[in-house]
Amino acid sequence: MSLELIAQEGRRLPANVPARRVAVDAQQWTAVARQLQEAGAGLFTLWGADDRDRDGMFHVFAAFLVPGELVVLELAVAGDRPVYPSLERGFPVAARLQRAIHDLLGIRADEGDARPWLRHGGWPEDRFPLRKDFDAATACPGVSRPYPFVRVEGEGVHEIPVGPIHAGTIEPGHFRFSVVGEKVLRLEERLGYAHKGVAKRFEALPLLEGHRLAARVCGDSTVAFSWAYCAALEALAGATVSPRTASLRALALERERIANHVGDLGALGNDAGFAFGLTQFSALKERMLRLNREVFGQRYLMDYIVPGGVRSDVGPRTVRLLLDEGVGIERDVVALRAIYDEHAGLQDRFKGAGQLTPSIAKTQGAFGLVGRASGIEQDLRVTMPWAPYGELRPTAALRMEGDVAARVQVRFDEVMESLRLSRLLLEQLPQGSTSAPVAAVDSDRIGLGVVEGWRGPVMVALEAGAPSAIRRCHVHDPSWQNWPTVDHAIIGNIVPDFPLINKSFNLAYSGHDG
Amino acid sequence: MTWAVYLWQLGVCLCAIGLAPLFAGWVGQCRALLQNRSAPSLWQPYRVLRKLFHKEATLANDASWLFRGAPYVVFAAMVLAAAIIPSLTTELPAARVADAIALVGLFATARMFMALAAMDVGTAFGTMGARREMMIGFLTEPALLMVLFNAFLMAGTTALPAIVQNTLTQSQVTLHPSLAFAAVAFVMVLLAENARLPIDNPTTHLELTMIHEAMTLEYSARHLALIEWASWLKLFNYACIGFTLFAPWGIATHGVSPGGIALAMLALVAKLAVAGAALALFETASAKLRLFRAPEFLTMAFLLAVLGLLVHLLLKG
Repeated sequence: MSLELIAQEGRRLPANVPARRVAVDAQQWTAVARQLQEAGAGLFTLWGADDRDRDGMFHVFAAFLVPGELVVLELAVAGDRPVYPSLERGFPVAARLQRAIHDLLGIRADEGDARPWLRHGGWPEDRFPLRKDFDAATACPGVSRPYPFVRVEGEGVHEIPVGPIHAGTIEPGHFRFSVVGEKVLRLEERLGYAHKGVAKRFEALPLLEGHRLAARVCGDSTVAFSWAYCAALEALAGATVSPRTASLRALALERERIANHVGDLGALGNDAGFAFGLTQFSALKERMLRLNREVFGQRYLMDYIVPGGVRSDVGPRTVRLLLDEGVGIERDVVALRAIYDEHAGLQDRFKGAGQLTPSIAKTQGAFGLVGRASGIEQDLRVTMPWAPYGELRPTAALRMEGDVAARVQVRFDEVMESLRLSRLLLEQLPQGSTSAPVAAVDSDRIGLGVVEGWRGPVMVALEAGAPSAIRRCHVHDPSWQNWPTVDHAIIGNIVPDFPLINKSFNLAYSGHDG
Repeated sequence: MTWAVYLWQLGVCLCAIGLAPLFAGWVGQCRALLQNRSAPSLWQPYRVLRKLFHKEATLANDASWLFRGAPYVVFAAMVLAAAIIPSLTTELPAARVADAIALVGLFATARMFMALAAMDVGTAFGTMGARREMMIGFLTEPALLMVLFNAFLMAGTTALPAIVQNTLTQSQVTLHPSLAFAAVAFVMVLLAENARLPIDNPTTHLELTMIHEAMTLEYSARHLALIEWASWLKLFNYACIGFTLFAPWGIATHGVSPGGIALAMLALVAKLAVAGAALALFETASAKLRLFRAPEFLTMAFLLAVLGLLVHLLLKG
């Protein structure tokens, strides 16, 4: 009955992929979610909105990834009693998202973990910054309370607290290990240190400027986020971009993927004590970044994608330059891959370390690269292609082992595939304009933009307000799905292997904390 | 004459203290070049020392005298060790009162103080590093002793200068099979004892993987400078022990003359240059072992040293 509800009542949602939206009541919310789970759907993201100024209600949205389309459930929650049924049982990834929603909006799930997630004492427990009646300029006195970590009891068990400030210059995250000797019994993460209030900031921006903030949600995925934002906005406005724009955007996305994967491959070698790998791959990445600056005007391609188009076009000479660069990079990556594959010491560190078994990956709902290294065949470019990926026909990388070695191999495979796609894109670059007008947008409509970034699927859910302002903008990074899987992958491994395992996931802090 | 000998003794110690950072700089430079990086200056370690000595020392609130005193003890132990090792000349008064077994004891003393100091302030990392260091230490010490026993058996003495004399007075250069085993075992011990790859990574910033570095995380300024300097001295000392046992050519033996010492100095620098380059090459080519592979690595070193002993006894018999 419930899935039929979607078929009958689902309204098409403006998005760059097939998407439907269904308004449900609390009972249907739980029932439909359970059926979706049984049908093998994954929870993409969960967000809330304060609509008390409109109808006295809060709204909670849950986006599910079912084969071939997105289904968004929408639940109205009473403004004076903001509680909704938890999705945590069927979808473990909901746990932290629900905690974040409570921290920001004060809407609570009816069961599960009630500890704060994003709130670290930057604002009081009874204030909710994403509510419409909260002024973003309000200064809140810092209130810091001890955070109750889960304690592991037993003979010889002790805790190692790591971070949020580390010995190296890396992003902030706290990891609480419960160990016996060197063996890890449990890892509990605490994130949210990089929370900047991006969602609140969006609400002060006009629709046509939001892409610049989206590009800054997570610096290493700037192309993915700005494309997702622009896709959502263009879907809302009913604008269509030219094939040339789509190709250039895809080229930027694939370049971002290659640069990040190449950088990670070097860092993975370095974390296993093989500094040679770091210098070689870093040089390779640097070559790409410099060419990015020369051709696209910015090393990490920030702000290259703009509503309706791209910032700059490429000429025939640049196309030649990019094609030549691709050949050089492919040659070097192949050579370095052989060195990695044949280095016994390196392979000994990679193989079997931090294994995320396919069954745990499935129940935890792992996304993107991490999922593909653990047997989850899901790449939105393949399963739900948006322009121009429908014609490109990319192949998704897939490994079953789920260990560090598998994540290394998936990266190598994806670099090779992205190099192939870049070449195709450049060789078959359609003619046309690279800017299209984005017309005025009706208020109170929601649009979705979904892009397979290098970590995995990112989503921007954009609600327009009047006039041409952002009413609510939710950005989702796949790290929400994958951070909890690190907790599982580390169990039974030894403490000194954690940095390598963590690097093989290389999840976002900024993108996650928002 | 006797005064001169004591002066030379002092000179040998100062030479070790002065050269050790240079040797560390050379290894760092070789590593950088082998990894296609632009190399830091040869004098970088001296700059690091100057920087650290000019900084204000910060101590944990709970630090005791042990924490404050350990860097001095560790540094002193390494200088004493340098006094025993005939790096330039065999005419060392200190070497007459302390033999090679005492040398192993000096290293153990330094290790013990370092580990205690690391646990003193009670941080998780210090304790973790200390724990790992002791695990490595209890495996390297017997292996090092076994290596030394090879040399002892050959020379019939536990005094390092006598071992050098013995090797140098042999009429022809022959490679003893037992020494070949011992040499390989020694290199493995050297890597583990000096926190080099594949056991520990001296350049890592990942606190969870550290062994030696984890113990020093809470140190700053002059304390850290002394610890760094002591670890460079340790590497220098180990290299010199290696030369003493396996390549003593060039060390001044008959009396002490400025000419002999100058020659010994040249030989030492040449040997250090080769050893440093070889160390860098080995480190560049290898990845770090998983921590629990370290015992296998060090057991192998111990086994090789024992094999050396057996070979010696068999060939002699």
